[in-house]
Formats: sequence, structure tokens, C-alpha cells
Amino acid sequence: MTKQMGIDVGSTTVKVTVLDGDKILYKSYVRHFARVKQTVLDELYCVRKKIGGDFSVSVTGSAGLGLSQRSGINFVQEVQAAFIAIRKYYPDADAAIELGGEDAKIIFITGGTEQRMNGSCAGGTGAFIDQMATLLNVSVKEMDEYALKAEKIYPIASRCGVFAKSDVQPLINQGAKKEDIAASIFQAVVDQTVSGLAQGRRIKGKVLFLGGPLHFLEALKRAFVKTLGLSGDQALFPENAPCFMSIGAALGSAGCKAESIDEIIAKVENAAESDDIVTGEPLFTSREEYSEFVKRHRATDLEFADIAAYTGDCYLGIDSGSTTTKLMLITPDCRILYSHYQSNNGQPLDVIISKLKEVYSLGGGRIKIRGSAVTGYGEDLIKSAIKADFGIVETIAHFKAALHFNPKVDFIIDIGGQDIKCFKIKNGAIDSIMLNEACSSGCGSFIQTFARAMGMEIDKFSQEGIYAKRPVELGSRCTVFMNSAVKQAQKEGAGVDDISAGLSSSIVKNAIYKVIRASSADDLGDNIVVQGGTFMNDAVLRSFEKETGKNVIRPGIAGLMGAFGAALYAKENISGESTVIGAAELDKFSYTSKSSNCRGCTSNCNINIISFGDGRRFISGNKCEKGAGLKPADSSLDIYTYKQERLLKCVTGAKGKRGRVGLPLQLGMYGQLPLWAGFFESCGFEVVLSDKSTRETYFKGQHTVASDTACYPAKLMHGHVENLLDKGVDFIFLPCESYNIDEHCSTNHYNCPVVAYYPELLIANNERLNGENFIMPYIDLNMRDNTVKKLCSALKKYGVKKRGAAKALDEGFLRLEKYHADVRAKADEILARAEAEGKQTVVLAGRPYHLDGEINHGINKLLTSLNLAVLSEDSVYERGEKLKVNVLNQWTYHARLYRAADFAAKRKNVNLVQLVSFGCGLDAITADEVRSIMEKNGKLYTQIKIDEINNLGVVKIRLRSMLAAVEEAAER
Amino acid sequence: MDKRTCDYTDGFPVWDKSMKATHTILMPDMLPWHFRIMQEVLKSEGYNVELLKNRTRTVVDEGLKHVHNDTCYPCLCIVGQYIDALKSGKYDPNKTALMITQTGGGCRASNYIPLIRKAVANEFPAVPVLSVNFSGLEKKSSMPVGVKLLSRLALAVLYGDSIMWCYNQTKPYEQESGAADAARDRAFYAVVRRIKKGGYSKYKKINREIIAEFASVKRVREKKPKVGIVGEIYVKYAPLGNNDLEKFLISEGCEPVLPALMDFVMYCIINVVNDRKLYGHKPATAFVYNIVYKLLKRMQKNVIKQFEEDGSFEPVHDFESLRGYADKVLNQGVKMGEGWLIPAEMAALAETGVPNIVCAQPFGCLPNHIAGKGAMRTLKTLYPDANIVAVDYDPSATKVNQENRIKLMIAAAKEKAADC
Repeated sequence: MTKQMGIDVGSTTVKVTVLDGDKILYKSYVRHFARVKQTVLDELYCVRKKIGGDFSVSVTGSAGLGLSQRSGINFVQEVQAAFIAIRKYYPDADAAIELGGEDAKIIFITGGTEQRMNGSCAGGTGAFIDQMATLLNVSVKEMDEYALKAEKIYPIASRCGVFAKSDVQPLINQGAKKEDIAASIFQAVVDQTVSGLAQGRRIKGKVLFLGGPLHFLEALKRAFVKTLGLSGDQALFPENAPCFMSIGAALGSAGCKAESIDEIIAKVENAAESDDIVTGEPLFTSREEYSEFVKRHRATDLEFADIAAYTGDCYLGIDSGSTTTKLMLITPDCRILYSHYQSNNGQPLDVIISKLKEVYSLGGGRIKIRGSAVTGYGEDLIKSAIKADFGIVETIAHFKAALHFNPKVDFIIDIGGQDIKCFKIKNGAIDSIMLNEACSSGCGSFIQTFARAMGMEIDKFSQEGIYAKRPVELGSRCTVFMNSAVKQAQKEGAGVDDISAGLSSSIVKNAIYKVIRASSADDLGDNIVVQGGTFMNDAVLRSFEKETGKNVIRPGIAGLMGAFGAALYAKENISGESTVIGAAELDKFSYTSKSSNCRGCTSNCNINIISFGDGRRFISGNKCEKGAGLKPADSSLDIYTYKQERLLKCVTGAKGKRGRVGLPLQLGMYGQLPLWAGFFESCGFEVVLSDKSTRETYFKGQHTVASDTACYPAKLMHGHVENLLDKGVDFIFLPCESYNIDEHCSTNHYNCPVVAYYPELLIANNERLNGENFIMPYIDLNMRDNTVKKLCSALKKYGVKKRGAAKALDEGFLRLEKYHADVRAKADEILARAEAEGKQTVVLAGRPYHLDGEINHGINKLLTSLNLAVLSEDSVYERGEKLKVNVLNQWTYHARLYRAADFAAKRKNVNLVQLVSFGCGLDAITADEVRSIMEKNGKLYTQIKIDEINNLGVVKIRLRSMLAAVEEAAER
Repeated sequence: MDKRTCDYTDGFPVWDKSMKATHTILMPDMLPWHFRIMQEVLKSEGYNVELLKNRTRTVVDEGLKHVHNDTCYPCLCIVGQYIDALKSGKYDPNKTALMITQTGGGCRASNYIPLIRKAVANEFPAVPVLSVNFSGLEKKSSMPVGVKLLSRLALAVLYGDSIMWCYNQTKPYEQESGAADAARDRAFYAVVRRIKKGGYSKYKKINREIIAEFASVKRVREKKPKVGIVGEIYVKYAPLGNNDLEKFLISEGCEPVLPALMDFVMYCIINVVNDRKLYGHKPATAFVYNIVYKLLKRMQKNVIKQFEEDGSFEPVHDFESLRGYADKVLNQGVKMGEGWLIPAEMAALAETGVPNIVCAQPFGCLPNHIAGKGAMRTLKTLYPDANIVAVDYDPSATKVNQENRIKLMIAAAKEKAADC
């Protein structure tokens, strides 16, 4: 029998297997570091040496496609390859899960064969695990070992690496245990696979686990087995899991003609390097050009003063960033006494304490810290630990620092490890702030992760790009997309230098066109200061200058600007003695960290308690002040709290003779609950509401979610339905409404497609639902008679008659109007009080379902804790004028947004923050329009994108920056 | 609108009748052959229309720069094509207008027009955007579409469909390379000749000619897996939007089955009629829609009959049966975007021996959550053999990822075919 060879070229590894009948003659698993062709050839040489002879051969894998096309070797699609191997070796398996470098796949074998791969937006793969390990600063293997010792699991967004990062980072910063974080990351991968891939289909029976990560990572294996509820003999972990696809490919070559190994090698050797990748211009054409560039930027370096010799006053600034910690000590004339920049290794406090000790010892009693300020993600913790004088929001720190280098600065862009911040400066104050939304983040640390994946240190990797001849165009969306773009470039034979330069340019384009959304470089301003650790990378800096066509200022301390700004702030604002921790006290400093759950309210936030040696405690992770031992902010000026209570009161809870109807409190039901509660109760039904949304609600319905890119409210809806089914209601009611109630201020009054038709998706994807227990009539509430007719026919079984239904519907509308009236009245009251007390008010504008605490993540409470009054769009829109906008104004809830913006824009001391759910396509349209309404009236526009991520840290920076800008504007 | 209305609109250049004589109107490249016929029709009406054919990477880059990050991919492609064309220097920015269709439905597509205006406003402030719609939108700046023009455009859809439909059944099997393309050219010019010389409305005659042109191409007797393409209207048809999906499928040894555009036209019309049934809406225009619908239905019936009589090709889907299929999956009330048409077409394909389907959608397309991915489970239950792959299109989604997924579907299709 002919020997069969399978070559699996994945995104990160090459696997080669040779079979002789049932015997495996050769198998290998090697990383290819983007050198696909060479790695494959090396393997083939090895096969020639060890075995030799003739083979039938097939290639498989995501990067194998290109190789196949150019060498003429037969291609077998990788899922197909797995399928072939499964049928041969595990004919009794019911399903298989394979995780690869950048792919995740599920094959359902029994009960309707189906093969699924992750879509274009999906984390939860090997690359994701690598990325997370980098973040924790451990190897993947160590992460696995940590995870096995975990005690608790934190919720981590699993949809994509970027999201997960914003969950993981705060955990690190708050001092959560590495063991627990590691385990939580693996759990996230499992959740992603179960929800993102299975999409409504349960994974059960005998399950086969394939691919590298599922072979090497014990903790990941356990998490899968536990989550899927598999018994010992139902979970199969084949010994050959990592090269399973290559075995499949080998088997799949059965129909191919056998060739000698030399012929095969020749085919691969002769495979052309493809020329159809898009490439850009080189960053530098010559070494001279590069040294000229370096010289120009040297000019903006600060002077140093020798701390070992210096005697006198100094100011301390600390920027406790997401991945790095920056510390700076300056003299009153702004010379650098001491500076430090390092990855915080997940332990920012340790880094700072040790560096402060170093400062005191170097200073030898000659220096006197007159003032200190802390900024960045870790601000609260660090400030409390070292008793700093000030805690300031990052944006202000960066602005202060930039002003020092160019008093005329009108645009600042800061690209850090995890975020991009841009601000425009007008009249000496921050005019508008743009932060990257969760989607396009992952900026600087992305290069780092990538460098590692290529087997290089970051410095060397970025240096490679400087002289790249043909930088690859890698697109400019999120990192997951870039990953696959790189994959494609590798497939086409691009080298490391071209990829490095390409990544630099992607990061720049991402910042300019996604975050800032500039249509041309002129939009950015004339005096640009760039900063942030990422700009220390010359390739990135050069890409930025090339893209904008402008020479910019990059201070020598670009990576330390936050710390420098904080030090400047301390210098300018200190009065009296500094409270900062002294040398003696520092020596005795110690702390312990413990994770726990806050029992202050039903949210049960995960919290971290850090106890300092002197008995003080610092608590983080909680959404409100309660858990931190502070008095909760007054909620009487928060309409969200009011609405949450008032809405539930629309249901009287009366027992009914006709039966129990379940109303899932999510999506459109948030807007119409009073109406339906009124209708059903007066028809004689008992109304049962689904329980308040929590993260568990999401997990409960996760297996029926059909589209992983739908908005979070929609995904939560699945859990609400499950919840109602568990409560044993007679039926669940959720109408389909193309049209919402016409509020006579827009051209049309549609619902968004998701709100309008979600019932169709629910019934199609939840096997527990049927026409009997899920009633979803198509109705248009503006057509009263027709609605009555529709309801009667939908509820015929329960004996609802026309007259009764008509009356009940009237009662429903009455309750709805009463609810709106109460909300309006409360808004009046809040406005009046805020005005009397001289408080700033924020209209937190979104959709009715943004009232849900699991969706808004308690942003309303965050606002009240910042001493603001909070209103909602539905409570004020009628105060705004009817208006004409550029876009087609055709959705009821969106029309409210425009009017609410009009109100906020024209009223003194009222600001607007728009909540946007990730994945909401319609808000791509409303956001620009609301922004333009605000800006036409000279007001700031702030948008917050929300999803399942539960990280208020970023939101807080945004809101505080907004407040700082509002205050500065008021002072002027 | 109230008297107390606050106006937040930015001024924009408006299309007026006099521009017909002076302006070149650019048209986006959605369905190459349908739109080429429409271009000829509009030219014969005195509009100087030019169908754009720029499909380079710069088009997508321009789109990225000029529209919101989260806006759907079709809008990005269209805007990109416009900006790229305007920047090419081929058109006088003072004498060029842009054309876009609007359905007035509940998805974002009806908002393309303000997005296009915003995108061009800075660099090309004098370029008006004119709307082609039948819902009374954009009264200030739209193309007047009377009954005559409307019916001529409808015929263009009909002819375009036949050309596309026959081509896809010919190209994969042509014995002589290029023969199908030559037949397509001949069929196209046959239509154009009628536009110029009269007799354009004799659709039975013309359609028969189209079929005959393709039937004359010698085809090999080989069985290739048929792969249906459904989804959002732009990425379903536009080569720019779907990375030339038809061509890719042909190169992979498949026969692409691209359902007719007329189905979408009839879908839009019947939705107005459906709203009356569902909600008791009584728009004044409903009866007109009903008449138009019946007319189109009759035309479609006749065309199908011709296909059947000729016997060379599978006939196009019958819209009434599509409605029947839709009812098996979800309510015809799902009318935003391509709504119920998507599962209806998938069911129709599965019923007519095309269980292999690519469901093409722009990344993050809202209606597709429900009618595309959301309906898959029901379809799988109804048609256990259905072999569907949902592919997201997006400026940064790479071809290799998309093709890999499609290849998986094709591998399964070929395996199944071999089993039979």
C-alpha cells in the first residue's frame, strides 16, 4: 500500500504525518514563525531522510491553501480532514471540538452532520490564549499550571481577545490572583466555543477534543469537560490530537497519485512566492533618511539632573497604566531626576514600591518630594497605597505634559499598551476627547504579542520594520482581523520585516481612521504631539508621519508623558506639605490581597480587598461605593434607579383566572412593559416577569444564541426566556412589531430589526419553545382595532374576547402613559434640584433597555458617585424640540435620542452621554447625528460603547475627562 | 412636522431637472449586467449615466476613510467607489451627480443617502446625490420615476436576471473556453439594440432570444455541485462586495445559482401588501402595488414557461412559491433588509436540488441576525441535507478566511455528491 502523507499548515504551526496503513511512521508538530515554506521543506527533508520512497500527499490547514495553490499539491479543507480521521479512528464520537492557532471548529457527527468554524470575529483560540499569557507575563504552560490551582472564576468576555483583555487588565491591576485569572481565561475560551460555535445546538454524547491547545493544556481540558457536563468516558482526548488534521489529510490523499518524496519537495521548492499581497511604500528609503529622522526627534528630549548629586525639591508623577507602570521625578525646572518605565508584570503596586525605595535610597536624604500625583488605571489603588497628594484623570495628565513641549499644541495622540487617546485642543483647553472603543483597542500590546508569536523581542521586531521594502497592508480593524490579515500575508510569503512595518502602519491607520475618524490629515491640526509607549517604536512614529504627511513632536519621554504630566500637575497645584509616603514608612510597607464578593447588594460584585500593613484597606472591583465601605452616592438624583423601581411597579402581581403569562423583561419589553402588564392583568392573567438580568442570565441562554455578533441585550433575551420557562408560566408573550408607537416626531416609526423580529429568532433556536408556550403575534400598536383582533386570535385558547381585549388594551395604554408621566415628573424634579444645588446633570441617553443594570453596568451609579444628576433620554426628549436631521429619521427610539440631544445641548449644566451597544448597526448612524447636534450647540459629545464587558475603569476615565473638560469650559 | 421644528440639517447640493442636460450621473456597481442594461435605459431617457467599474483596493480604503467604522460594508463599498471615481479626475466635480436607490425599509440601507452626502461634502461640495425611490422620500433631490420609466427598469431587471441565470448554468460547462462570455455579450447587445431601436418591451421575444443565445453554447455533460448564493442584496450580487464569489465558485468546479433580482423587487412590493394584511395598514398606494405585483407575477410566469419549453436551463424561482417556502420558516412580516426573502430562497434552493448555499452578509447586518443566522436551525430541521455556510463580508475580513469557509462547504457538497 502507498504511504500517505498529510501536511497541516496552520496559522502558527506545521504538522506533518506519514501513514503506512494504520501505522504512523512519522509525525511532527513545529511552530513555523511565519516561515511556512521553509518549515514545510525542513519537515520534508526529514521525511526523506528517515523514510523516503513514494507518497500520496495532501495539504490542509488555513495557511495550507496558498501552499496547495502554488505547489499543485492536493488540498483537503481542514475540517473535512478532521472529519475523515474521526470516521476512521473514532466512529462512535458524537461531536468533535478542535481549537487551533486562530481557528475554532466544531463537528457534529451524530444527529445531523454539521461542521462549523468560527466566524471572522471570534477569539477563544490558541492565539487568544497566547495573547492572554503575554498579558499575564507567563508562558502558556505556566498559565496552565496556575489555572489548575485556581479557587474562583471571574467573568471574562470571551467573544474576542480585545474584550477579554479589558476584563483581564483590571483584574491584574486590582491584584487578583494569577491562578484565578488564568482559570478564568480558560473558562472564557470554553464559553466562547460553546456559545459562539455551537449556536443553539447542544454539544452532548461522546466528544472528541482536538488541536494543540486542547492537547497541551490540562486546565483547558478540565474546563471543557466540566462545562459540557461530560462523564469520564464521554470526553476523548486522542494521543494524536495536535496532528489529527494532518492524519486526516494523509487519509484524504487516498485518491491522489503517489509521488516520490523528491518530486514533492521539488513542488514545494518551486512554489512561487505570491505577488498578490498589497504592499505599501517603505518607511525609509535610506539609512540617511532614518538617521535624519532620529536626529529631528532627539531635539525634544528633556534634560537630566543627577539624582545622586542633586539636593533640593522635586515632584513625583506616577502613571499606573494598563500594562506598564511609569514613574517620574522632576526638579522644579523640569529636569529629569529619575524615570522608570516597565511592564508592571501584573503587579503595579510592587513595581512602584520597589522603585520608590530606589528613589529614596538614591536621593540619600538630599531630595524632598514636595508634591505627588497619580494617574492611570491603577490610580485609586496607588494613590491610596502611597498616600499621593492628587489623583488625576489620564487625559489631563497627558495634556499638561504636551503643553510643556509645545504651548501651541492643538492635537495630542497617545497610543499606549491598551488604549488610544486623542484630544483636540481649542483655546487652551481640551475640546474633544476620543478614546478607542473596545472594538479597536489592543493597540500597542498587540505588536508585543505578535512579536512573541514570531519568536522575537518587541524591540527587534519593530526595528525589523524600519527598512522593510514592501510593508504589507494589513487592514485597520480590530486585532482579530489583523491576525487573519497577517495569516494571509504569510501565506503569500511576506517576510517578518514587511509584516512588522505593516503592523505599525495598521496601528496608525486604526488610530487615525477608526478612533479619530479623520477624513484627511488636516483634520488633526497643525501642532501635533504624539506620545505613549507605542510611539517609542520608530516604525510606528514614521508611519504616523507618513500617513498624516506632517512632522510631529515625539518627546524623548513619549512613554512617560502621563507620569511627567502628573508630576507637573503636582508641581502646579500643591499647597502645603505633601502627604506622600516617606522613606521610613516605605520600608515598613506591606500589603496582602484577597478576593471576595461584596454583599452590599444583590449584585454581589467580585471585589479585591487589599490590606496595607498599617491597617488601611483598599477595595476595588465593586460597581458602587457601598462595598468600598463608603456611603453610597445619593440615588435620589438618578432617574435610572427611579425608573428601575417604577417600571416593576407596573405589574400589580394579581393572580388571574385565565392563566400565567410570562413577559421577558428585555429589548422591546423594557419600553412596553406597562402596556402589556396592563393589558394582561386586566384581561385576567397573572403577569410573571423574568428575573433581573445578571451575567448568569446570559450564560443560561447562551446555547441558543444564533448570531455571536448580535448586541448584548439580544443575547440576554435568550436567558430571560429560559428563566420564564423554568418558572412554569402557561405561555411567554413577546410580540413582533415592525413599527413602534408613533410619537410624531420622525419620518417613520420603526423598531430596529432586532427588537422587531427577535421572537422569530427565539422560537427558531430554542427547542423548548413552540407555538403553544410562545405567543408572538405581529402587531402595530398604532392600529388599535387590528391589534385587538390580533390579540384575540393569538389568545383565543384563553378565552380572550374582543370587548375585553379592547378594554384591556386601553388600560395598557393608560398604564404606559402614567408611567411616562411619572418619569417626566421625576425628571422635572431632578432637574430642579440639580439646578438648585448647582450640580451638573448628565442625560444618559440610550434605548429603553439600557435601563437594565446588566447592560449599563451601573454607569448611572458611577455618574452619581461623581456627583452628577442623571436623566434618561425618554425622560427629557419631549422637552427637546422636534427637529430635522440629516439622516432618515425613521426609528421611534432613535428619534427620542435626537430630541434629547437637542434638549441637553441647549440647556446650561446639562451634558449628554450616549450609550451604544456594541454591534448596534443603527447607532453607527445615530451617533454621528447626535454628535453633530451637540457640537452645533457648542457642547461636548461623549459616547460609551457597552457590551458584556464589565469594566467601568475605561468608562470612568471617559466620564472624568468629560467632566474636566466641562469644568474648564465653565471656567473660561 | 411642526412649525417649531429645529433644523439641524446641513445644506447639500440638490439635484434639479436642469442638471439632466449638464451632469454625468454615476451609478454604483452592484449587479454588473442588470445595471448595464439600466444604464442604457436611463441613457435613452436622456440621463447621462455612467456605471462605475472601479474595484481596486483603494475603493475600499476610500470607503473606510469616509464612512463610520460600524456602517455596513455595502455602504462603504458604494461610497468608496464614488470617492475613488471623483478623485480619478475623470469627472468634472461641478457636473457630476451620484445616484442611489432607497427602499424606505427599516434597515440602515435607506440611510445610505445622507451618509453619501456627508462623505462627499468636504471634498466635492458641488456634487448632488439623487435618490431613486418609490416611497416618496427625498422629494427635493430624486429622480422622477414615472410609470413608463418604472416599467422599463423592471424589464431591465427581468432581462438581467435571465442573462445572469443562463450564464451561471452555461459557464461551468462550456466546452470551448469563453463561449459563455461571448453568448452573454450577444444577449446583452440584443437587449441594448431593442432599447435603441424599439421593441424593448416585448419581453417574451427578448427573453426567448436570451435563452437561445446561451442554449447555443456547447456544454459538457458533467455533474457539478450547485451552490446557491443568498443574503444581503449588495454582497450577494456585487463582485466588489463579495470578492467575486461567482467566479470563485466556478473556479472551484461548482455551478453558482444566484436567485433573480426580480424576487427582491417583488419582495419589496409585496411587503406593502403584507402590511395591510398584518396590521390593517391602508396606504393609498397599496392598490397600485397590487396591480404592479400582479403584472410582474404574470411576466415571471411567462418567463418560467419559456424556460420550461426550451428545456436547456432550470427555470428561475417562482415568487409565489418563494412566499410559500418563507411561511415554513418564519412570518412574512420579517420585512426589514432582505428579511424573509433570505430563508425563502434558501428553502427554494434546497427544494430544487441545490442544498449547498452561501449566505452572504455584511458583518453586523442586523436583519441578517434574524433572517440569516437566526433561521438556520429551522432550515436544517426542514432540510437535513442543507449545507449552508454563512460568510461575513467586511473591509478587513480576509479573502483567505472567507474562501476557507466556502471550501469547507464545497468539500461537504462534493463528498455528498460522490456518495450518491
